[in-house]
Amino acid sequence: MSPKKNNIKSFFKTIPQNIFSGFVVSLIALPLGLGLAMASDAPPISGIIAAVVGGILVAILGGSNVTITGPGNGMVGVLLVAITTLGIESAYAAVICSGVLILLLGFFRMGKLADFFPSSAIQGMLAAIGLIILGKQFHIMLAHKIKREDTLDYLFETPITINDALHYQNEGLIYAAIAGVLGFAIMIFYSKIRNKYLQLIPAPMWIVILSIGFSYYFELVLHQENPIAKQYMISGIPSFQDIAEDLHLPNFTRVGTFPFWSSVFAITLIASIESLLSIKAVDKLDPEKRRSNVNKDLKALGFATVVSGLLGGLNVVTVIARSSVNVNNGASNRSSNFFHAVFLLLFIGLFSTQLTRIPLPALMAILVYTGYKLASPKVIRKILYIGKEQLIIFFVTLLVTLKIGLITGILAGVITTLIIHFVLNKTVSLFAKNVLKPNVLMYREQEGQHNFYVSVKHFCSFLNYYKLKRKLDFVPENQDVIVDFSLCSFVDHTVMENMHSYQELFKKRGGHFDVIGLDMHDADSEHPFALRRLLPVPNIIKNNLTRRQTSMESLAKIYNLNYDSKNSHDVDFLNNFLFFNTKTIDHIYNVLNYKNNAITFFDIEFSEGEFIAKEVIRTTMLHINLNKAIPEFTLDREGFLERVYAFAGFKDILLQNHNDFSKRFYLLGDNEEGIKQFFNDDITHFFESNPYYHVESNGNGLLVFGKVRLASTKEIKMLFDFGKRLNDVINTN
Amino acid sequence: MSLKPFNSIGIGVAFSPNLKANLFEAARLAIFFDSKLFLIHVGEFSEDKTKALKIILASFKKDDLNYEVIFESGNPVDVILKATEEKKIDLLILGAVQRERFLKYYVGSIARKITRKAKCSILLLIKPSVKRVPCQHIVVNGLKDPKTERTIASAFYVAKQLQAEIITVVEEIKQEEIKIKVDDDISLRRTNIIKERIKLRENSRIKDIIAHIPKGYTENIVIKTQPIFGQQGYSIGHYAQISRADLLIMNAPSKMTFWDRLFPHDIEHILTELPTDVLILQ
Repeated sequence: MSPKKNNIKSFFKTIPQNIFSGFVVSLIALPLGLGLAMASDAPPISGIIAAVVGGILVAILGGSNVTITGPGNGMVGVLLVAITTLGIESAYAAVICSGVLILLLGFFRMGKLADFFPSSAIQGMLAAIGLIILGKQFHIMLAHKIKREDTLDYLFETPITINDALHYQNEGLIYAAIAGVLGFAIMIFYSKIRNKYLQLIPAPMWIVILSIGFSYYFELVLHQENPIAKQYMISGIPSFQDIAEDLHLPNFTRVGTFPFWSSVFAITLIASIESLLSIKAVDKLDPEKRRSNVNKDLKALGFATVVSGLLGGLNVVTVIARSSVNVNNGASNRSSNFFHAVFLLLFIGLFSTQLTRIPLPALMAILVYTGYKLASPKVIRKILYIGKEQLIIFFVTLLVTLKIGLITGILAGVITTLIIHFVLNKTVSLFAKNVLKPNVLMYREQEGQHNFYVSVKHFCSFLNYYKLKRKLDFVPENQDVIVDFSLCSFVDHTVMENMHSYQELFKKRGGHFDVIGLDMHDADSEHPFALRRLLPVPNIIKNNLTRRQTSMESLAKIYNLNYDSKNSHDVDFLNNFLFFNTKTIDHIYNVLNYKNNAITFFDIEFSEGEFIAKEVIRTTMLHINLNKAIPEFTLDREGFLERVYAFAGFKDILLQNHNDFSKRFYLLGDNEEGIKQFFNDDITHFFESNPYYHVESNGNGLLVFGKVRLASTKEIKMLFDFGKRLNDVINTN
Repeated sequence: MSLKPFNSIGIGVAFSPNLKANLFEAARLAIFFDSKLFLIHVGEFSEDKTKALKIILASFKKDDLNYEVIFESGNPVDVILKATEEKKIDLLILGAVQRERFLKYYVGSIARKITRKAKCSILLLIKPSVKRVPCQHIVVNGLKDPKTERTIASAFYVAKQLQAEIITVVEEIKQEEIKIKVDDDISLRRTNIIKERIKLRENSRIKDIIAHIPKGYTENIVIKTQPIFGQQGYSIGHYAQISRADLLIMNAPSKMTFWDRLFPHDIEHILTELPTDVLILQ
C-alpha cells in the first residue's frame, strides 16, 4: 500500500507546521475558554477542560480535517440558562445528556439537521446569542456587575452602566474599567494594524500578556498591590491536583424534570447547529480541498462532550473563528487540534497562578467583541439588502429568542418563514402537496461534456432543500453541475444562499456549478440571494438580474460585447431558418452582441404546436451574420434526428475524401453541389476537431446551438468561442 | 415473441367538448396498430348517439376503421372495467384533466380507479387533439423487472407504428443499490466507482434486451439509454418532462395495496403529475 505510506510520511512532514498552528490557536483558546466559561456562569477552568478534551478526542476520532473544537460562543446563551435554572452540578448532567444526543445524531446520520432551518432564522438566532453575550458582559467589562432576570434588561441598562462608569470614585473600579476598555480597544484595532510582529500573537493573547505584565509591573517594580479591585480579577484557576480532587460528579437527580430536558434539547440543538455550520464553513477554507465526514465528526463531538461533562467541562463544539486561525497558520490535518489541546494543558500546568493576574473586565472585552460581531449592524444591513421579508424573519427570531428562549426563537423563525412563503406565493397547496415529493432529478448527461444535470420541480425552500443537497453531495467538486430551476415556481433565500456556497466551493476545487432557469422568476431585491418566485406574466421591466445574467454581463465586458437582458421581439433575422419553420418565436432575451451584430448570442423563447398542444421552450443560440452568400444547409451529429424532421425527404450529403466527417455528421441541404464546394478541407476540419453543435445556414447567416435548454455560463463561453472561430474560418475561405 | 400487443383498443365515450379530439386520437391509434376500436359509453342506447359517433368517425372510413359501440348504464368504473374484460380489450385510452392556469395534468378520480384495477394496458392522454401531433420521442422504463423486456419490445413496436425517431430507455436505479453512504472524499470516490459499474451493468442489460428484439423494429431509430439514480417512478416522469418526450411507456405495477396509495411510489407519482402521454403496459 504505497499511498498509505505516503500519507504517514506526509503526516510526519507536516507535524512542525501543525504544532505551530496548534500553538497559535491555543493562544486564542486560552482567554476565550476562560471567558466563555465565565460568561456562562461556569467555573473558568470548565472552558479549558472542554477545549482540552475536545482537542484530544476529536483530533483522534473526528471526521473533519482542519477544524478546532472547544467551548463555543453560541453555547453561552443556553448554558447560562441551564446553569442558572439547574445549578452547576445538574448542568453538567445536562451537558452529558446533550453529548449522548449529539452522539446519537451522528449515528443516525443527522448531519443534515442544520439544513432544515431557514438561514435568516439562524442569523437571527446567532444575533440573539451575540446580544445575550454582549448584554451581560458589557457591564462586567465596565466593572459594574449586575444581576437581572431578563436578558433584555441587561441591554436596557447599558446606558446606566456607562454613566456609572464615568463617575466611579473607587480607584479599583476605575482601573478595572480602564482594563476593560483597553481590552476592547485592542480587539477592535488589532485587525486594523498590519504589523507582522504584532500579528504574531493573536489579539486575545495580547490582552492576557499585557494584563499579566501590568500586574507584575506593580508587584516587582512599584512594589505595590495590583490597583484593580479584587473582585474583578479571575479567581480560582485550580492546579492539576485540584482538578482531580475537585472532580464534582454530575448530579442526575433532576433528570425527570421538564427544565432539565428543555435545557438538554436547547444545548443539543445549538451545539449541533454551531458545529455543523462551522464544519461547512471550514471545509471551504481547507487548502487541500477535502470533504469532512460530518456524521463521524458529530459522533466524536458527542463523545468528547460526554467526557468533558464528566470531568467538569462545558460542551465541545466545532468553532469557526479558532478554526480559521488554524487554517491561516498552516494547519493541514487534525493533529493541530490535538496540539492546541496539549499547549492548553501546558499553559494551565505552568502558568495557572499567572492567569489569576488577568483582570476580568479585560477578559470580558474579548467576549463583548465576539457578541458585537454576531449582532453587528452589518449583519442587519446585509439581510435588509437581500429582502425586507428576510428582515422580518430575522427580527422575529431575534426578539423571541431574547424574550423567551432559543428553541422557541428558532421555531418562531421557522414558522414566520413558512407564513411569509405562503403569503408571497398566495398559496399553501403548492407547499402542502409537494413537500414530500422527491422533486429533484439528477443525471449525468450522456452526450457532450457529461455534465451533471439537476432539475428541481415545484418549489425548493428550506423545507425540502435537503433533497437537493443529498443529490448534489454525490458530485465530486471538480465536475460540472448545472442546476435547473425552470420547473420550480419558488426558490427561497436559504436555497439561493446554499447554491452560492456550492458555486464558491466548486470554483475553488476546479469544477463549475451553474444555476439556470431563474431568469423568468421575480425577486424583490437586487441581491443574488434573494428568494425568487415564478411569475405567470413576466415583468416587462426586470428590476434585478439573476446570477447567470450578471455573469453574462461581466462576460460582455471582458469580450467587449454589448449586453442587453431585456426581451426583444426583433426576431426577423431568425425566420428564414428551417429550424423555426414549425415553431413560433416569441422573443429573445439576454442578447450579447459582437462586432455590430456580426455575431449575436441570445436566449430564445419559442413555442411548438398551438393551443393546447403548445409547448414553450427556452434555449440558448448563436447567430452569425455572414457578409457573403453560402448555400443553405443543416449540419448535425449523425444519428441525431430529432431536430431535423423539418427536412423530411432530404438525404445525407456525403463528402468525398472526408470519411470521418461523413460518418460523424449529418449534412442536409437542397443545393448539393454548392454544399460540397462550400465544405472544403478547412471547414470540414474545423467541424471535425470541435464539439458537436447543431449548425444551420439560411444563405446569409448561421444558427448554432447545442442542447435544447438554456446554456450554463461555461457553455455560453464555449459556444461563443466556437461561433467566433467558425466565423473566422468561413470568412477566410 | 409476438410483437403485436394491441388487437383491440377501448375508449370511454362521454359526450363532452373533448369528444371529437378523444375519438380522433383513438381512431388514429386503432389504425396505426391495426386493431379494432371499442367505444364504451356509460348510458342508455340511443340512435342519436350512434349517429353522432358515426359522423365524427366518418373521416376514418377510408382507412377501414373497424369499430364497435358498447352502451351500458351503471357506475362508470365498473362498466368500463367489465367491457374491457368482456371484449378482451388490450389497450384502454383514458383522458387526463388539466389543472387550471398551470400547465399541469393529473388523472381524474374515475380514470385513476380504472388505472388501478384494469388488467389491460392503459394509455393516458394529456392533450388529445383533432390534428395529429407527431410522436417523436418515446421514453420507456428499463427497470430490472420481469415485465421490462416485454415493455421495451412493445415500446419499439409502438415507436415503429407511430414513426417515432428516438427511444430513450431510462434505467432508474434505486439509491439503496449503492451500499456506501457518501461522507467524505473516500466514500464519494468509492460511490462513484460503484455508480459507474452499475451504469455499465444496466446499459449492457438493456442492450441485451434490445438485441433480442426483431431487427425490423430497432433499425432507423435512435436508441439512447439514460441511467438515473433516484426514486422509481418519479424520476422517469421528471425526466420525460425535461426531455420533452411525447410518450412515456412504463410497466404496470405488480400489485397495489392500500399502503402503496398512502405512500405513493412508482405509477402513483405519474398519476398525480402526468409529464406527457403515458402508456402503462400490462
